[in-house]
Amino acid sequence: MKILALIAVALTGWLLMSAVSDFPDWGDPHSPANSYRLSQGYITDTFPQTSVPNMVTAVLADYRGYDTMFETVVIFTAGIAIIGILRRYGPKDKVIPEQKLYKKEPDLIVETTCRLMIPIIQLFALYVVAHGHHSPGGGFQGGVIFGASFILLALARDLQATQKWVPESRILNLAGTGIFIYAGFGFLCLLLGSNFLDYAILHKVMGVTPIEARSHSMLGVEIGVAFTVTAIMFSIYSNLASNGYMKEGL
Amino acid sequence: MELFEAISTKINYWVYIVIMMIGLFAMISKNNLIKKLIGMSIFQTAIILFYVSIGVKEGATIPILYHDQVHAAHGDHGEADTSHGEHGAVESHEADIHINPDDFTNPLVHVLMLTAIVVGVSTLGVGLAITQKLHREFGSIEEHEILEIIKSGK
Amino acid sequence: MIWIFDSIILIFLVVTAIISLQVKDLLSASMIFGVYSFLMCLLWAGMAAVDVAFTEAAVGAGVSAVFLIATVFRTSRRSSD
Repeated sequence: MKILALIAVALTGWLLMSAVSDFPDWGDPHSPANSYRLSQGYITDTFPQTSVPNMVTAVLADYRGYDTMFETVVIFTAGIAIIGILRRYGPKDKVIPEQKLYKKEPDLIVETTCRLMIPIIQLFALYVVAHGHHSPGGGFQGGVIFGASFILLALARDLQATQKWVPESRILNLAGTGIFIYAGFGFLCLLLGSNFLDYAILHKVMGVTPIEARSHSMLGVEIGVAFTVTAIMFSIYSNLASNGYMKEGL
Repeated sequence: MELFEAISTKINYWVYIVIMMIGLFAMISKNNLIKKLIGMSIFQTAIILFYVSIGVKEGATIPILYHDQVHAAHGDHGEADTSHGEHGAVESHEADIHINPDDFTNPLVHVLMLTAIVVGVSTLGVGLAITQKLHREFGSIEEHEILEIIKSGK
Repeated sequence: MIWIFDSIILIFLVVTAIISLQVKDLLSASMIFGVYSFLMCLLWAGMAAVDVAFTEAAVGAGVSAVFLIATVFRTSRRSSD
């Protein structure tokens, strides 16, 4: 089996490597990918049309906003699928025998460090979401950092204690709200008479110029993405770490 | 050895292909399920590395406009317009003078790869959940042991 | 694109990829996978792909390694190959 795998992999690798001689040189500004009119168009037209300096966020949330909406739906579906695969309900109050329950007493160093660090991590996550227009960042990165702060809380204390802050129903509500915000922006544009996710028409509701309306709707849409990603990251962690019972974590 | 000369400028593509093939080999031939998932993740990040290396331009900077370019674009309209310092309607040819496409990395490639990373982590999560469920059902996460248990009758 | 910097990181990348797949202890494999993710992030930051590097640092070296370690904890820790 390994010999066959080695032959198949070597064959694929040789095929790919023999195609390398047709590739453009490293760092060529006039390679076919770089001189494509859309690539150059995104660089020159992003700021005049949307007043957002970060080109990647502008393309992600405005020019390719439909893709990003379905990417959010993919994350949501993955979270739901993991709940569907793993979640089960043990006996109500009894100890689950197969889980290795070792009660640890709260450790002073870990508790103090987490108490200092978690608010700063969450503040940084909100900063990353809000400054996606001017610096690297955006909805997805900020959402992952926010979810990671909840995971840190669950690692430092018990999973049961964290569930007082983020119970399962609230997490799933948050995830659904995120997608609802994103699709809601699209439908609002439809109701006002323009295309789906065509943000320029929202200037009638917001009271700014059409170009500023695109910039502000991008922020709203990124907030929706951040909600969903936060919720699903913590939900996946709590399902994986407790093997579905949601009673005893790592 | 002009073949060697022609290839040695593209040696980095060869390294990316080597990493991809390491990941692919692990996915096919390892017996442990978690090693297969680690191989899948290595394969995915190597493909993203390959794509990102296509959009690199020599001497270019990150795809975010400079602070002074933003203010120059705003300042043009501030003096082209009348008394208020607000942002009026933007004419694209005024800002085009400041933005040269050769100075910035290709942003289209980065956008596509952001989605790819997201989908990769979702797939890894679902794969790990299936691994745990298999362990719950069969008691092991080695592929050959699971196949033996299934063959000898469940 | 500083050549010597990128070459050293690429060599480390191949080495960590091979080691992560060869160790028998699954906990070490997950941690070395975290190192691999972090080296990828450095490589992309050197190629001026800052958004992609940010996302990989948050997702790969952060959340993905934690998921792997959580699963290794709930299943077995040794692997036969």
